[in-house]
Amino acid sequence: MTAPMVKAESVCKDFGALKVLKGITLEVEKGQVLVLVGPSGSGKSTFLRCINHLETVTAGRLYVDGELVGYHERGGKLHEMKPKDVAKQRREVGMVFQHFNLFPHRTALENIIEAPLHVKKVKKDEAIERGRDLLKQVGLADKADAYPAQLSGGQQQRVAIARALAMNPKLMLFDEPTSALDPELVGEVLGVMKKLAEEGMTMVVVTHEMGFAREVANELVFMDGGVVVERGAPREVLSNPSHERTKAFLSKVL
Amino acid sequence: MATDVDTPPSTAPEAIDAVPLRHPWRWVAAVVIVILVGLFIYGAATNPLYRWPVFAKYFFNERILTGVGITLMLTVTSMVIAIILGVILAVMRLSPNPVFTSVAWVYLWIFRGTPIYVQLAFWGLIPTIYRNIQLGVPFGPRLLEIQLTDPNYFILAMLGLALNEAAYMAEIIRAGISSVPEGQTEASTALGMSWGMTMRRTVLPQAMRVIIPPTGNEVISMLKTTSLVTAVPYSFDLYSIAMREIAAREFEPVPLALVAAAWYLVVTSILMVGQYYLERYYSRGASRKLTSKQLEALAKAQMGEAHP
Repeated sequence: MTAPMVKAESVCKDFGALKVLKGITLEVEKGQVLVLVGPSGSGKSTFLRCINHLETVTAGRLYVDGELVGYHERGGKLHEMKPKDVAKQRREVGMVFQHFNLFPHRTALENIIEAPLHVKKVKKDEAIERGRDLLKQVGLADKADAYPAQLSGGQQQRVAIARALAMNPKLMLFDEPTSALDPELVGEVLGVMKKLAEEGMTMVVVTHEMGFAREVANELVFMDGGVVVERGAPREVLSNPSHERTKAFLSKVL
Repeated sequence: MATDVDTPPSTAPEAIDAVPLRHPWRWVAAVVIVILVGLFIYGAATNPLYRWPVFAKYFFNERILTGVGITLMLTVTSMVIAIILGVILAVMRLSPNPVFTSVAWVYLWIFRGTPIYVQLAFWGLIPTIYRNIQLGVPFGPRLLEIQLTDPNYFILAMLGLALNEAAYMAEIIRAGISSVPEGQTEASTALGMSWGMTMRRTVLPQAMRVIIPPTGNEVISMLKTTSLVTAVPYSFDLYSIAMREIAAREFEPVPLALVAAAWYLVVTSILMVGQYYLERYYSRGASRKLTSKQLEALAKAQMGEAHP
């Protein structure tokens, strides 16, 4: 049996006295799509950021593809990883942000080839070829030379997805990828994500798009107050939530 | 219920041809200023105490040109050192390493906290304090030895200017780095970039847009601060040659002060042109304004839509 892509064992995270995650336990199998929903402040984004060590876990264990994130475990004791090794772990995990975070001083194509070229040391013409291919996949073949400021929000987010894919990640994390977009532009980004899921990419998605969850996700996790309140098949949870808290939340967003 | 929207009219509406707003007071103010400036220039040109023949005689004087060259050399070399050191200090101050932050803080505290004139005088005194500098293993072999009995005052002046300026550049660069949004660092980190690479490839290029205007200011300020190297004492820069050498010899302070001022102005103007091009380079991608080439392509595409 192969290890799950993401495995969280009672993951906790606190910022000083503030406890944001109070023991999250869940698994994401390879090729699965997990959608995290919950009110703001429920810790879903923090959990996502823990998966690629943008935040350090304060208790519990978090594994990506069978490997402990951010630490070496030797003789029952955890040792902090060198920044170089953490960076190596992150290369395998793509991340897409709510506010795109494209590099404004680089064109769309330059954004995409930046990490393959300088982190992975891929040859330049190979990186460009792959970059153009990715732009085509997200439907922006003609925008290679545009700067981010000249693109619409939806186009920027699609470039950001292509940028993350350029590193050939085995896991993609999406942190509210459509929350900063005009309603009209949400569809084009979700379309790209749906295609990605169909191609078998393992994905963890924080989102408020219940339609996307229903259609694409294998599992839906509802979080509130730093704990998992309810989980299950998206259709099940969305149409027939068993917890009062889930019912209250869904009645507001659906 | 939705209603049908009007179809656009077949004839486009007439372009607006409005009478522009007049600004009579601007013209009045401009005329008054031109008259005043004209009077001043006339007065200066006809006043014999300005000694314009002496000005003309010395403007392209060989010694003066040497002074311009050396002043420019001092400015450029000390600024280059200051910028490199400033980047290092700024990055150290922002680094997660507490040793680096404290070293940078102490450096800034000392070099910003004492006057440049005193620092330059101190650099001139170094050869009397340290007769020679030896690099090597303590109680072991010597690897490098520099005799300071016959010091090169140009290098001392350059180092004095550079080390002082580095402290100011460090703060300018730190401000630039802080102006880059956190999401940029996060995105780079998430792509697997190291802290150093994130700084070099993502943060610093974007910080440049904020860093360059005040740095241009510093270069121009440095050009004039070089006149203080007389404290070292170093006496081959433009100000020393014009005022302390030639003007003192010829008893002509007014025209030679004007010669020096004119040359400082010429060099400053050249530097400003350089700054303009640097700013333009680093502002790429900063605006959603399209270049003329991109606008043309878009217009063409629109034309194609209108007349299939």
